Amino acid sequence: MGNNITQTIQTVPLNHYILLSAIIFSIGVVGVLIRRNAIVVFMSVELMLNAVNLLLTAFSVYKGDASGQVFVFFVMALAAAEVAVGLAIIVMIYRNTHSTDINVLSRLKW
Amino acid sequence: MNTLILISVLPIVLLYLGLYKAKNALLPVTVIGLLVAAGLAVAEWNSNAQPIYHDMMLFDRFAIAFSVITIVSTILIVLLSKGFFEKISEHVAEYYAIMLFSLAGIIVMVSYYNLTMLFIGIEIMSVSLYILAGIRKRDVASNEAALKYFLMGAFSTGFLLFGIALLYGASGSFNLAAIRDYTLSHPRNIDPMFYTGVLMIIVGLCFKLGAAPFHFWTPDVYEGSPSIITAFMSTVVKTAGIAAFLRLFSACFASIADFWMPVLLVITVVTLFIGNITALYQHSFKRMLAYSSISHAGYLLFAIVALGSGSANSVFMYATAYSIASIIAFGVLILIQQQTGSDDFESFNGLGKSNPFLAVVLTIAMLSLAGIPLTAGFIGKFFMFSGAVSRYHIGLVVVAVINAIISIYYYFKVIIAMYFRNTADRVALAVPGYFGFVLGLSALATILIGIFPGIISDLI
Repeated sequence: MGNNITQTIQTVPLNHYILLSAIIFSIGVVGVLIRRNAIVVFMSVELMLNAVNLLLTAFSVYKGDASGQVFVFFVMALAAAEVAVGLAIIVMIYRNTHSTDINVLSRLKW
Repeated sequence: MNTLILISVLPIVLLYLGLYKAKNALLPVTVIGLLVAAGLAVAEWNSNAQPIYHDMMLFDRFAIAFSVITIVSTILIVLLSKGFFEKISEHVAEYYAIMLFSLAGIIVMVSYYNLTMLFIGIEIMSVSLYILAGIRKRDVASNEAALKYFLMGAFSTGFLLFGIALLYGASGSFNLAAIRDYTLSHPRNIDPMFYTGVLMIIVGLCFKLGAAPFHFWTPDVYEGSPSIITAFMSTVVKTAGIAAFLRLFSACFASIADFWMPVLLVITVVTLFIGNITALYQHSFKRMLAYSSISHAGYLLFAIVALGSGSANSVFMYATAYSIASIIAFGVLILIQQQTGSDDFESFNGLGKSNPFLAVVLTIAMLSLAGIPLTAGFIGKFFMFSGAVSRYHIGLVVVAVINAIISIYYYFKVIIAMYFRNTADRVALAVPGYFGFVLGLSALATILIGIFPGIISDLI
């Protein structure tokens, strides 16, 4: 069974995985830079992390090395910790300003 | 390695102390625990360090030296926090605990031997700091600092991870030794993916370090966070960031220095100019310290641009000098803020008459940050510059000296305000014993290292 999944993943050439991950990662980066809603920015960051997860898994299968997939678990666990803290911060800001738009947060400027 | 275990268990003990309302025990337990942790680290100094936990960590002399300096800085900052957190909320134990969790991440960051541990260390440190930046829940500036820090931190983590993934794809391992062997065994045909990975990692780590052009979050976050947390971020966290940077680059990428060195050279020069020139225009002392910390990140990057056997030592010297001088500056700033409620340069007017002790220690700190001889800051800069000269980066050193001269202007603004601008209504500040101890000790250390640099200059 496990062997089957590995073979299925390998039916797509490695370069395609790299390209797909790079595209998803770029969408995430652009999202962080142009969106103004804190939650959407946050989702874009998650997109970046998931692009990395996909890339690590693909490399892991092609190298026949499990450590890449173990790394993915660490990324997931720590991303979950970040989500917990990040959403708490966004809720805290919403309570004070009644908005999640990052443009209202410009009290601190050059 | 017992250091890491102790620092991870200590915050849990503190949380229990908070649960049982033993508030007076918090500070002594924290300080004693940290002192024991530093002692345990020093005890491993002469042991022959081998990678431990399946090659995940390596507690060598480099790791021990940086662990000790971060632990000692944390002790000094924790002592300054006496009475500070009580004003924010009654749940004081949590603040100490989160600070120590962050320190545990920092210990991992300076002693990793596998990119997995680098990532985990950085995340443990950052997630704790996001919380600490926003501990003033009702204060919009503190909220804003927390959100900016969080979004930028998570963004930079994405770059770091993508870089790590590409390195893994090229070399097939996360282990530092295996990655180094890959660069050595393929001198001509290194995968382009590997180079992209190195660049991504530079971006990610420069974000964490606050080096230009990835510095734009630094001033806002440093200004909005409570001063104690700013002190922690600009000293301990910066030291850990540069230590992690140096460990990775000296262990893995030394043989491909021709590729990344020009990139870091540009980053260093831009960081120096942006940090120093923007600091000239600041009216707030706290914000000036934020920009000066950007420029100090530039000086710290010197060691990596001129990577060699002496790099670890010069980073250690510089980070020590910078940390203790910044702790003095933030300590005095906290006292001034408590009295006047403002952190502008004007609020320092007349301090030389009303509080000669504070004025003297702050003057020593400013001289050290500016790099005037007979202070630790001069020795730090001397080591950095001589390392760069030995690698024939003459132009870089000239730029750095120009920047050091620019920085004298804004550091001396404070000294002038304290001694030559008098206000009639200045009342003497009450300096609590803890503050007196920390400030006096740091000032003494600054002078001692400045006169006898041999105490710490040949350690690593």
